Order: sequence, then structure tokens, then C-alpha cells
Amino acid sequence: MMRRLSLTSLAMAALLGLAACGEKPQEMNANGVKQDNAAYSGVGQSQYVQSGWSAGDKGSWEKQLKTRAQYGQNDYTRIAAQPK
Amino acid sequence: MARMKFICDAERCIECNGCVTACKNEHEVPWGVNRRRVITLNDGVPGEKSISVACMHCSDAPCMAVCPVNCFYRTDEGVVLHDKDVCIGCGYCSYACPFGAPQFPSQGTFGVRGKMDKCTFCAGGPEAHGSQSEFEKYGRNRLAEGKLPACAEMCSTKALLAGDGDTVADIFRTRVITRGKGAEVWGWGTAYGTAEGKKS
Repeated sequence: MMRRLSLTSLAMAALLGLAACGEKPQEMNANGVKQDNAAYSGVGQSQYVQSGWSAGDKGSWEKQLKTRAQYGQNDYTRIAAQPK
Repeated sequence: MARMKFICDAERCIECNGCVTACKNEHEVPWGVNRRRVITLNDGVPGEKSISVACMHCSDAPCMAVCPVNCFYRTDEGVVLHDKDVCIGCGYCSYACPFGAPQFPSQGTFGVRGKMDKCTFCAGGPEAHGSQSEFEKYGRNRLAEGKLPACAEMCSTKALLAGDGDTVADIFRTRVITRGKGAEVWGWGTAYGTAEGKKS
């Protein structure tokens, strides 16, 4: 009985010792850079989302940005678009 | 869509620092970190020129080339972003960048020089779009909200243009063709007159 107990405790100690040998992978960038979602996939429900395009639709997102750039940054087209 | 690009029109920039303020406010950038700066040449001298500078999201980015832990990545829109969970704050990117874009906070968990921070073209980072963790690490993700970078949208004289490279080039081309090529229409000549104007 005593022998079995000592053997078991010895095995337990050996297991504990082996567990200490485990280590995390140390390769550079082991987990890699996280994958980023495409911008046109949107941010979900948010009060800051600009209306006029639908999340997930790349075409509508590109159109939205183009329209916004032209309207917000091209003052020559804005002047031309103004009612006389 | 081509690639997202910035361009600053030195004939229009009036060194108001509105772009810098817009950026700092939008992303709640801490003290000591300036993702965008206004550089003025010949400051105080008539004819001085200012230009707003941040990360130019290079097509062949030197920061990406020198990063020892490969934390940079480029989005489909050509925006150069980085993963702060991978960045070790070594500073190689700041030596490689010709624009001085990479910034390092002087306080924080990483000791004297923290993890690199830079302009994200208001495109956030590799976290869930619009999430709190993305905001805390990288700032707002305006691109995913259907908006353009805050600096360009807040520019009072529209000197700073941002967006799809084709669109930005189109706007700038229209501007140059309409106004002429120099400061004769916008800038110093308009405000204070030109030598030719005084003669007539």
C-alpha cells in the first residue's frame, strides 16, 4: 500500500515537473497580424454611420466615398452646382 | 477603386492646423503624439509655404520593409495599417519613414517608448470595425462609416485632399487647370496683390 502511494506521488511529481517544461511558441509573429475586415463591410449599428450606402456592398461604398470627395473637396463642382 | 491617397496643396494651406486638431479630436490622440503636423518653409517670410504631413500610405512602404516583427499590413484600398498587439515599439519604422509619420507615446505600459502610433487614414486597425478596442488602439474608423479622413474633411481651404487616388487627382487637376499653376490666383498674390497688379 505504501509502495503504491509513493509510486503514485512520484508519478504526480514527474507530471508536474514535465508540465513546467511547457513553453509558449517563440517564433516571431507566431500568431500573425490579425485579419482586418474590408472597410465596406461597415461598422454595424452606429449613430455615426453615413447614410446613402449599404454595408457589405462594395460598389455603393465606393460611390458614397467618391460622391463625398467630390462634394466636400471639389469647390469648383460645388460652385457649378449652386443654383443661380 | 484605385488607392486611398492624401495630397496637400501648398498654394492653399494657410497653416491653420485645423487638420491637426481634427485628427487629435477625432481619435483622442494623447499628448506628445501627432499623427499629422503642418510644416512651414520660410516661416514669416513673404511667400512662405505650408504643407500638412502625415503617413502617406506609401505604395512601397519602407516601414513595412524594415519592421522586424512584420506588424504592418496593407488594406485592399492601399491604406498602410499596423497591429499594435504585434508591434514591439523598436522604432525602426520611424527611422525608415521619410515623412516622420510613426509616433511613439512617451508613457504607457511599454516603458519610455510605447508602441508605434500613426495615421490610419481614419481606417482603424485589425479589430472589429467600430468596436471600443479599435477606437482605443487606433481611433475612429471613418472609412467603414462611409466617410473620408477627418483632417481633409475639416480643412478650411480644402488644401488637404483625401480619398481615392483617381478622385483626388481629378479634383487637383481641375483646380490647377482653373486657377493656373502658381500663386497668381490663390494664396499670397490674391491677398496682397502681385508685382504685375501694382504696375497696371
